[in-house]
Amino acid sequence: MHDPGEVKITIGPQHPALKEPESFLLSLHGEKITASSVRLGYNHRGIEKACEDRTYVQDLYLVERVCGICSHSHSTCFVQAVEEIAGIEIPARASYLRTLISELERIHSHLLWLGVAGHEIGFDTLLMYTWRDREAVMDVLAAITGNRVNYGMNTIGGVRRDITPQHKEMVLKAIDILEERTKYYIELGLGESTLLKRLSGVGKLTNEDVVRLGAVGPTARASGWGRDVRKDDPYAAYAHLDFKVITNDQCDVYGRTLVRLGELMEAYSMVRQILQKMPDGPIAVKAPRKIPAGEAVSRYEAPRGEDFHYVRSNGTDKPDRVKVRAPTLANVQAVSKMLEGGYLADMSIVVAAIDPCFSCTDRLISVCDEDTQKKNTVSWESIRLKGIDWYKNQGIDFTYLNKKLARKF
Amino acid sequence: MANAIFNILVFPGFLFLFVFGFIAEYVDRKLYARFQNRVGPPWFQPFADFVKLISKQKIVPDEADVAVFKLVPIFALTASITAVLYIPVWGNKAIYSFNGDIIVVLYLLTIPTFAYFLGGWYSRSVYSMIGAVRSLTQIFAYEVPLFLCMLGPALLADTWSLSGMVAFYNQHPGYWLCNLLGFAVALISLLGKLEKVPFDIPEAETEIVAGAFTEYSGRYLALLRMALNVELVVGASLLAAVFLPFGFNLNPAAVFPLYIIQVFFIIAIVSFLRTLFARLRLDQMINFCWKYLAPLAFVQVVINLILKGILPR
Repeated sequence: MHDPGEVKITIGPQHPALKEPESFLLSLHGEKITASSVRLGYNHRGIEKACEDRTYVQDLYLVERVCGICSHSHSTCFVQAVEEIAGIEIPARASYLRTLISELERIHSHLLWLGVAGHEIGFDTLLMYTWRDREAVMDVLAAITGNRVNYGMNTIGGVRRDITPQHKEMVLKAIDILEERTKYYIELGLGESTLLKRLSGVGKLTNEDVVRLGAVGPTARASGWGRDVRKDDPYAAYAHLDFKVITNDQCDVYGRTLVRLGELMEAYSMVRQILQKMPDGPIAVKAPRKIPAGEAVSRYEAPRGEDFHYVRSNGTDKPDRVKVRAPTLANVQAVSKMLEGGYLADMSIVVAAIDPCFSCTDRLISVCDEDTQKKNTVSWESIRLKGIDWYKNQGIDFTYLNKKLARKF
Repeated sequence: MANAIFNILVFPGFLFLFVFGFIAEYVDRKLYARFQNRVGPPWFQPFADFVKLISKQKIVPDEADVAVFKLVPIFALTASITAVLYIPVWGNKAIYSFNGDIIVVLYLLTIPTFAYFLGGWYSRSVYSMIGAVRSLTQIFAYEVPLFLCMLGPALLADTWSLSGMVAFYNQHPGYWLCNLLGFAVALISLLGKLEKVPFDIPEAETEIVAGAFTEYSGRYLALLRMALNVELVVGASLLAAVFLPFGFNLNPAAVFPLYIIQVFFIIAIVSFLRTLFARLRLDQMINFCWKYLAPLAFVQVVINLILKGILPR
């Protein structure tokens, strides 16, 4: 039955609310959303396949580029799996350094999220303030690792850079500033009326739905589901640190904001603990170039939720299979649920509230026929043949070279 | 005749508002940036934006109603410019005035909003249409408080002419203090009229791209933006004339800078207010306007009715 008052509106793949291409088809009745569907797959980059053609060390840098914001998360998650297969025990100082970068990254990611959330609800002042403050932690990361993002800190068997006492001082100073600022934002979040109006009761996700749809990270924790890999399955140096898993029972966007703000405060205390407890010693052990055959799964609590890497090796210097499941993939199912029954005006903040990272999530392209809406998948072999044809048309022909190469081996 | 043409084209008409609009936009943007701890644009930025936009390609959507689509920016601009002829800018008296011109000004200022609605509706894009409907819905929320709070000062002055009101408040210095409540309501309603945060619902960037303006480009967009600037200036001038009527007994040349300062003061308050809030949702805005703004404006009317009997005239 067709509802005469129904309007269908597509948000994305190009839309100011979305920082990455993704498509949401919403059915509207007035300003209310009656149905929604999400379409993934606009930003597939073939990273998993590319990993199979590179060595483990090269993969480390490739995997780091899965995400521009939680880059350390992906690289640590991958390197943990590889180390588990190879049976490498990393030095204690290295694990503390990984944890340090990981928490600094969480600080920068959550501050970034707070700004984006402010922008989505038209509160640009919050965006300007938080992003200004975020520069403090970005400067620290740049000083320690040499980069503002994509730190290149990990290596198989440890980390590549050590921190100096000057760095330590710099980190502590930045943390002091940020802690004070975050307290101000918490106060603001609890008191500012338009902020409360726009955030509370928006994008409801019940505890049962979290379990049913498999949401992770702050999205799940804001619905009272206290799962955190750092606590449940401690990796790196988290077992030695004292911290709380922040949860909230609001089940809405406001709860997610409070959880992230609470996690920021926990992260500051964790950074202080790390700097205090960090043992002396080497920062890396020598790792073999070829990793013995085997497989491993590694979990990591990225700022957006549980990150998951699976690596299978076949005894060479290249992995046989790498599987990445970014936290957004787990959360994106919940978005449809959160949008339904809400207002169009709340759409952007609801989507932003899971802190989406769509290009990290995309694992396939399905070619959709415009008229029939039928989806096709293309096999690896046909892509390869198409590529060869394309280059032949450009006047580049490797047939002879390929034959020569085949004869050689 | 020559005088009338001068008034319409140069002062206080088109050319004056054109320049003043740019300055107002600059002041607004710069203050907004400074409040947000940013550097902000250089002084010529609004003008540079304008020049750039008129030199850009203009695209009219295939499905759009071409005539309406093209005429809308001109309508919006013309209505705002016409309104200024009844507002005292140079000295004590507006260029044209008659008893009842305050109502004409308020209705002339409504025309741009309708123009945006028509432009958005006839763009035939989903985002534009939603934006258009939103701006029309919003008008029902802020228009009543805005009209009501203009009624208060007019009742006290016992005249329906803006020039008459200015003259009255100058004869009775200090009476303007009675209208402060109305001034606050008028400022908030002005935010709704100008579609600025927290009432920028019709052009909510993160929801519906640019609302009614989504399909506009090139010189049409330049004209629309200029209409918004002029609307800002005229809206601020109206508030200045009604609520801040100081020193209009002086020489017109001395009054003019005072008027400019008043307008900038109001623009500064508007920029300050929009740094403070998040964008409200449409239903929340309508609730807010009817629950708080309209009753407050009504309270102002009642106060002035009582004061009218008490205060010496």
